[in-house]
Amino acid sequence: MMQAPEKAPLTTVAADPIILRVQDVYKHFPIAGFGGLAVRAVDGVDLEIRRGEALGLVGESGCGKSTLARLITALLPVTRGKIIFEGQEITKMRGGRLRRMRRKMQMIFQDPFASLDPRMTVGDIIQEPLDNYGIGSGKARQRRVQELLRLVGLNPNFTNRYPHEFSGGQRQRIGIARALAVNPSFIVCDEAVSALDVSIQAQIINLLQDLQREFNLTYLFIAHDLAVVRHLSDRIAVMYLGKIVETAGRNDIYDHPQHPYTRALLSSIPVPDPVVERTRAPILLKGEIPSPVNPPSGCRFHTRCPIARVPGICSEQEPPLEPHGQRDQLAACHFAGEK
Amino acid sequence: MAQTLLQVEDLHTQFFTSRGVVRAVDGVSLHIDVGETLGVVGESGCGKTITALSILRLVPDPGKIVSGRILFRGNDVVKMDDDEIRDFRGNDVAMIFQDPMTSLNPVTRIGSQIEEAMTAHKRFTPEQAKSRVIELLTRVRVPSAETRAKDYPHQFSGGMRQRAMIAMGLANEPSLLIADEPTTALDVTVQAQIIQLMKQLNRELGTAMMLITHNMALVASLCQRVVVMYAGRVVEEGPVEQIFKSPQHPYTWSLLRSVPRVDEARKDRLVSIKGLPPDLSNPPPGCKFHPRCPFVIDRCRVEEPPLGEVGPDQVARCWVLMRNVSEGDVATAKQSSISVAAAENLKAPVADIGTKSGS
Ligand SMILES: Nc1ncnc2c1ncn2[C@@H]1O[C@H](COP(=O)(O)OP(=O)(O)OP(=O)(O)O)[C@@H](O)[C@H]1O
Ligand SMILES: Nc1ncnc2c1ncn2[C@@H]1O[C@H](COP(=O)(O)OP(=O)(O)O)[C@@H](O)[C@H]1O
Ligand code: SF4
Ligand code: SF4
Ligand SMILES: [Mg+2]
Ligand SMILES: [Mg+2]
Repeated sequence: MMQAPEKAPLTTVAADPIILRVQDVYKHFPIAGFGGLAVRAVDGVDLEIRRGEALGLVGESGCGKSTLARLITALLPVTRGKIIFEGQEITKMRGGRLRRMRRKMQMIFQDPFASLDPRMTVGDIIQEPLDNYGIGSGKARQRRVQELLRLVGLNPNFTNRYPHEFSGGQRQRIGIARALAVNPSFIVCDEAVSALDVSIQAQIINLLQDLQREFNLTYLFIAHDLAVVRHLSDRIAVMYLGKIVETAGRNDIYDHPQHPYTRALLSSIPVPDPVVERTRAPILLKGEIPSPVNPPSGCRFHTRCPIARVPGICSEQEPPLEPHGQRDQLAACHFAGEK
Repeated sequence: MAQTLLQVEDLHTQFFTSRGVVRAVDGVSLHIDVGETLGVVGESGCGKTITALSILRLVPDPGKIVSGRILFRGNDVVKMDDDEIRDFRGNDVAMIFQDPMTSLNPVTRIGSQIEEAMTAHKRFTPEQAKSRVIELLTRVRVPSAETRAKDYPHQFSGGMRQRAMIAMGLANEPSLLIADEPTTALDVTVQAQIIQLMKQLNRELGTAMMLITHNMALVASLCQRVVVMYAGRVVEEGPVEQIFKSPQHPYTWSLLRSVPRVDEARKDRLVSIKGLPPDLSNPPPGCKFHPRCPFVIDRCRVEEPPLGEVGPDQVARCWVLMRNVSEGDVATAKQSSISVAAAENLKAPVADIGTKSGS
């Protein structure tokens, strides 16, 4: 039986109900040749993820979800701010310590076609993280790979096949097996089911739920499909133009949205039920998401907000993310809860 | 009595590849009435796009319409000569695609492209065409249409490009608009704007629409009738409300239960369909869905069911039909889709994975 090479450093840390803290985090990508200008992909984010929960992160394309995911998993350095994982500030870590920390957080990506090396066999793809971290002997690693394949519902004898021999859903399972190989406690799924056909998507969603229950995993689940996110999440964070504008439980966010953007976003989603659809009245937002190079002043949603007071406080003062609405609900709006 | 606009009868479109003959469209019959919105749904590769391309006679090589009739106002599109088909594409029907960038010319201004679409088909004089450009862009709600008409496609956002595509599709006042995944690439708030737009156009102009999509919610929102395709065939068809309330084909039933709803309060387990759709160059015998069907009986493996009437205006291709499946079998079907990693795998001792993060 393989042993993890190191134990969690402190028992008190393991008891911390918050597994991940994101504190005032920024990521600006400078635009080459435009001195000083930058894409403000993540622009002051505060977020907490609780141990064992599935936190959903939603928002329109380009709002900074993937960038935030890559900051959290330390695949990208922050411009400013702190990220604390299991009590330790990973934004300060380098080298071996960071590598060991990263082992506990794995990422599953959107594109099952692009994220697997086409020249490697499935066995090697899944085994690679075990090799990298020097976990177990050669024999034990091979056994582990077969167990992982079985765990995600693939034939354990497939180890010698190549990714192109598998369907999209099967490739996504291979990606999941690889992510699970090193016993992570925290998994970030960035659009992990978005590219899949509905029936295959259902298989992967069910699998992710089974795995979470069985191994008490913590998920950060990112997708632009809100129905999928709501289905998989316990709590949901809504992002707009580099900032979190609301967080709440999966039911509160739907039943009592406090931020006008959340309300509009949720009302825009059609439901597979013609009877409901006959009367659903979406709140239509004006235009599209502004450029993150130069976000609007004050509340950055004010250019599209149906209840903005402009000119006035909305274009002048940035609203803080504060408790509003139900217990455990935060919203960044001067007129939270108003319609 | 509604007037039939398009009637597709027993259409077979095949691709002649080195691997063999791919039966992409394998005996499809469907119809669209004047002013009606028809949804066409099914998993990837089931023949939706090729059906649409066949209607326009735009099937790419090495594909061919092998047999069947496509009657548009009674005229068979399959038999039309080159002039007739050009007229048909210019004046009667238009198609909008998932990715507007593939169908917009990147080096021509948006306004000029829409104008060209009109002058090419000679339905409008050059003067009329010019003045209609702004009118069309305004109709699809492109803001400041007059200035934006001078933009190039790359200066438009994804949603605006899709609007421009729709404007171009409407330029010659077609009586049928075929939209293939028109909102899939768009963000939800923009998708909502486009859905609204398509509803309004259907209402204001009476344009009939054939909406091809994976998204059941879009069908519920936009369509009056729906055709469900599987492996190149129609497996169920009927009024949207009836199909959603009481689907009779196990494939339709599974599709409807495989998608989460944003308005669900509880996390019910999704139904997943085991396996994959068949290879259309080598489909299974009998009912093509039988290898994946939770309600399969012996007969299904050897004999293919016909499309039979199962309710008012509703037809389904199944020997069993959902209404004859016992509650117990439905419950088992939901259970068995429990996964994949099947309960037994999860419970089996898995070396090392045993170091659970929480315990
Ligand atoms: N150029 C081609 N050569 C060979 N086979 C083809 C070609 N184009 C399509 N096919 C096959 O025809 C079948 C139907 O394809 P079609 O594009 O109509 O699917 P679809 O239902 O639109 O799927 P999607 O939802 O993925 O768009 C598929 O099996 C596909 O592989
Ligand atoms: N490496 C990069 N260099 C420059 N800009 C980037 C980079 N990565 C992301 N961006 C920009 O940052 C913003 C947020 O992107 P992303 O996090 O990918 O959004 P999302 O995942 O929410 O769609 C976008 O404007 C994107 O173009
Ligand atoms: S602060 Fe003002 S502009 Fe921003 S969301 Fe609230 S009401 Fe709208
Ligand atoms: S005919 Fe048989 S296999 Fe086909 S859908 Fe009906 S029950 Fe299932
Ligand atoms: Mg992304
Ligand atoms: Mg298609």
